[in-house]
Amino acid sequence: MKRKIGIGKALLYVVLVVYAIITLIPFLWALSSSFKTLEEIVSGTMSFIPKQFTFDNYKQIFVEQELFPRWLLNSVIIAAAVTVLNLLFNSMAGYALARLQFPGRKPLFLIILAVLMIPAQVTMIPNYLILKQLGWLNSYQGMIVPTMINATFIFMMRQFFINFPRELEEAAELDGLGRLGIFFRIVLPLARPALAAQAIFVFMGSWNDFMRPLIILSDPQLFTLPLGLNSFKGQYISYWNYIMAASMVFTLPVLVIYTFFNRYFIKGISFTGGK
Amino acid sequence: MKQTLTKKMWRETGSAYLFLSPALFVLLLFIIGPIVFAVFLAFHKVQLLGTTSFEFVGLDNFARIADDTRAKIALWNTLKYVAIVVPCQTILALVLAATLNAGLKGEKFFRIVYFLPTLTSSAVLTLIFMWMYNQNGLINHVLEAVGLPTYNWLGDPDVALNAIMIMNIWSTAPYFMVIYLAALQDIPDSLYEAAELDGANAWQKFWHVTVPYLRPVTSFVVVMGLIGTFQLFDQSYIFSAGSGGPNNSTLTVVLLIYQYAFKTLGTMGYAAALAFALAIMILIATLLQRKLSKEESLY
Repeated sequence: MKRKIGIGKALLYVVLVVYAIITLIPFLWALSSSFKTLEEIVSGTMSFIPKQFTFDNYKQIFVEQELFPRWLLNSVIIAAAVTVLNLLFNSMAGYALARLQFPGRKPLFLIILAVLMIPAQVTMIPNYLILKQLGWLNSYQGMIVPTMINATFIFMMRQFFINFPRELEEAAELDGLGRLGIFFRIVLPLARPALAAQAIFVFMGSWNDFMRPLIILSDPQLFTLPLGLNSFKGQYISYWNYIMAASMVFTLPVLVIYTFFNRYFIKGISFTGGK
Repeated sequence: MKQTLTKKMWRETGSAYLFLSPALFVLLLFIIGPIVFAVFLAFHKVQLLGTTSFEFVGLDNFARIADDTRAKIALWNTLKYVAIVVPCQTILALVLAATLNAGLKGEKFFRIVYFLPTLTSSAVLTLIFMWMYNQNGLINHVLEAVGLPTYNWLGDPDVALNAIMIMNIWSTAPYFMVIYLAALQDIPDSLYEAAELDGANAWQKFWHVTVPYLRPVTSFVVVMGLIGTFQLFDQSYIFSAGSGGPNNSTLTVVLLIYQYAFKTLGTMGYAAALAFALAIMILIATLLQRKLSKEESLY
């Protein structure tokens, strides 16, 4: 009996380890390729440890390819702005829908729920024409303003604020704080866990987005990283060492954020998904 | 008394709309406005040269879909992709979650490792896989080493879409795994204890307790999977440098919409009509799934 359990457990471990290897190999292979010389890349040797370890690929993308740092900066500016604005505006909207009584509250909430179900492709073409009309193609605001709210997270914040203890707000009101004061000084600081989960998802969504920049941005100076990476591939079509180095630079910030906020991540997924 | 009440009401309404104003602005200008605009576009021929002009063409754009060979190819590719990827990633996610939930040591470590692909951008993942799919690349070397046939993953029209499928099952399953993991924590131990008393082994417990209990979550995972897979774009675009090649084998509906909207002139209205067709397809698939899973739960 006991031995049987042992075998079962061993089997589970085998499954876990094998799948971990399957998950890690592409990343390790990309990482190792980013430190290889072009010579080794072309020769087709299959070693995970570079024969001749080199930083040249990284030097190349940052020094020779002047636009690469610019793409990195564009991505940071856009993702950071989108994240901050989303946190603020989604929370404000969610709070109003959860806590304030006003005419139009119910239809507005239903509209936000309905918007959740519209696939992005439907609004993609009209969005392009509207941005064109505004003169916002090829601009930061064209990338930031249309994505500075998100119906999913308005909904999530509403659910969060509905369960939020009312007493704290009432106490603050007695102390003479107005709505804005209550919201910014009492409610928002206490919503930190929900905000953290939201921040990660919004940041990643913006950082990794490919389609929106592809449509809105045509000036290479303004490219974000995914777009830059794609044009990079076109330019250095057989320089996989450069392409892999660029890919690694692109992935690093997300990994750092993930390691720091790991637990909010899981919470956020079960928040937006699960139930 | 009454006056202060209305005054308070007014003040509350005022602050509510103040709080909602940024959201309303974006909602109207970039979401609801565009939806209405999209309906308009689908019935018009759009010229972008110089000043944008619109010519009413009635249902022509929709009628054109039926005559468009590439639209048929894109639809067929997309349906094939959805039909294979959704079940595979759902089952893989469930198996991984159940394994991770078995109370083994090091679960946290495995969970972090498994989640990596979900964090990484589609652009990076596609490039890494293109590098591995290279004719002289890692995957073919491994296949050769274990005596399996090798493929021209990127260039052979018969396998290019499969290459994207494999990559996406691998990268999306962990996301759904986390949803399953959260749901698994909620299953009461008493259910398993009862099953054990009835003499159920590990497999029977999984099949007769875990799987039925997770049915609502599975339904959610499948719906999210459907929505996601129908919208396949980034991977096809990067894989084929925007063309949908080789020989249209990676052409998806969204890639076709993109091409008609932004690469060929004068077909933006047609692209809008295609986008509507896609939205309706997603809606039907979602409703169908809902219906099927409801019937199932009657048993």
